[in-house]
Amino acid sequence: MDFFLQLLVNGISLGLLYALSALGFVMIFKSSSVLNLAHGELLAIGAFLFLVFSTWARLPIILAFGLTLVGTFALGFVVERLFLRPLIGENLIEVIMMTLGLGIMFRGLLLFIFGGDIHSYPDFLPKSLTIQWGAVQIPSVNVATFIIGILFLVIFGFFFKYSSQGIYMRSVADNQPAALSLGVHVRRVFALSWAIAFIVAAMSGIVLGIINGINVHELSAIGLKVFPVVILGGLDSIGGAILGGIIIGLIETFTGGYFSTALKEIIPYIVLIFILMVKPYGLFGLVEIERV
Amino acid sequence: MESCAFQLQVVAVFILISTEFLTMENNIKLLVNNISVVYSDVIQVLKGVSLIIRAGQIVSLLGSNGAGKTTTLRAISGLLKPENGKVTEGSVEYDGKPIQNSSPEEITRKGIIQVLEGRQEFKYLTVEENLRVGTATRWGKPFKEDLELVYRYFPALQARRKSLAGYCSGGELQMLVIGRALMAHPELLLLDEPSLGLAPLLVKEIFQIIRRINQEQGTTLMVVEQNANMALQIAHYGYVMENGKVVMESTADELRENPDIKEFYLGTAASGALKSYKDVKSYKRRKRWL
Repeated sequence: MDFFLQLLVNGISLGLLYALSALGFVMIFKSSSVLNLAHGELLAIGAFLFLVFSTWARLPIILAFGLTLVGTFALGFVVERLFLRPLIGENLIEVIMMTLGLGIMFRGLLLFIFGGDIHSYPDFLPKSLTIQWGAVQIPSVNVATFIIGILFLVIFGFFFKYSSQGIYMRSVADNQPAALSLGVHVRRVFALSWAIAFIVAAMSGIVLGIINGINVHELSAIGLKVFPVVILGGLDSIGGAILGGIIIGLIETFTGGYFSTALKEIIPYIVLIFILMVKPYGLFGLVEIERV
Repeated sequence: MESCAFQLQVVAVFILISTEFLTMENNIKLLVNNISVVYSDVIQVLKGVSLIIRAGQIVSLLGSNGAGKTTTLRAISGLLKPENGKVTEGSVEYDGKPIQNSSPEEITRKGIIQVLEGRQEFKYLTVEENLRVGTATRWGKPFKEDLELVYRYFPALQARRKSLAGYCSGGELQMLVIGRALMAHPELLLLDEPSLGLAPLLVKEIFQIIRRINQEQGTTLMVVEQNANMALQIAHYGYVMENGKVVMESTADELRENPDIKEFYLGTAASGALKSYKDVKSYKRRKRWL
């Protein structure tokens, strides 16, 4: 029973991490229908930026964290301006190919600067965050993941549902010509969605870095894990991303705990295939509204 | 020195007043001056269209399909660009300033809002969220009062405000897109076929509301319509387009009385009585004003 609870807790916190990472992906897809194939590299960029600020520059952790957020946000704007804005109005497939190219470029740059070794952050999480509950022990990393994950998911959920800017972003995703006719600044919406995607990716990158160490290849590969999460939840649903993340996290930890650790990388994709057969729009995806 | 500055001031005030007076006198809100529009650099759709829209008026633009009515609206609202179109000649002046080929973001912020043809709602947003998108030109700031105003004009929307726009009926959607444009505080509202596919009673209702908007809000309107009868009832002035040119313009009353308009657009014969099929021969009589 204790083992089960332990796995449950680990699974949920891992799931929240996936959810946070998937959020960045959903953000871009929602506003511009672009599948961002460079998502894993965005995680890596955030993780390494934090490494630079915290370990190399030896800034206080809070400051380093803040600078990473600001830095990735700005980087998101720059990348959108330089590489994606010229493609507005082109075919979607060309934009998706561009993200693929961006991902390869980012990975190359990171490898060039930091090399392929595993780096690690200084141990900065306070021990008091660790929760001991009977035989179940939740490490401080997982508690931190929990807090960050829930905090940001709630913030972005409210942002999209109630804030004007969030509604404009959804309107662009929904019907771009109509949004243009009402004066929604479509280019600004795209830029903002990339900047936000960079930020949330950076956050999940940092947490993953704390758990597994920071390595270019490993972090980029986790970007792929976003696909089962978002497809399970529905590509354009934030609630779906959260639930999809938690489900995939749970499946992974339980397979790892009860069956074999070798299987745990594969099972999410098998589940994905079954879900797609039963619910092609994902659990919470928008069902195409058609007028009949 | 001081008196010199004072004199300058007086002169400046004079100039201000006189220009104010001039624009007051002409009262021209929008001046479309001999524009040509070309799509994809090769397809010429408009060939020298000129229009004047005076402040506070409803101007209707009539014409058959493919005459260039929608393109004219797009040339004004800046929405040609996403369609790969361009104003190649002539000018569009709004309050005396040229706006041709400006981006839609700039033009909407000057107060020109176009309601697109065919009810382009945001399917996956609720009715109220749809309306809130109309506040984009002022960064979403106050919107509560505007919502109430729109609900006053369209009470049907209030009942549906929490439901997804994708599940609303055609009539509700037409109200929604007009209401959404109202949220933007338009000075010049361009309506593209507001009666498209609506039941006759609903068309009547929508046109009455359009007239009320014009009278109560002081909004200048331009209405593109196939339903010439309805359009000429509420309009002050009308233009008729054919093949990318304006072929006729007059006050709405005169247009209603014009025998050609009566025959081709209003569907009533000059005498008001039914004609013999032998006499009509509209293919022979069909008049081109080219």
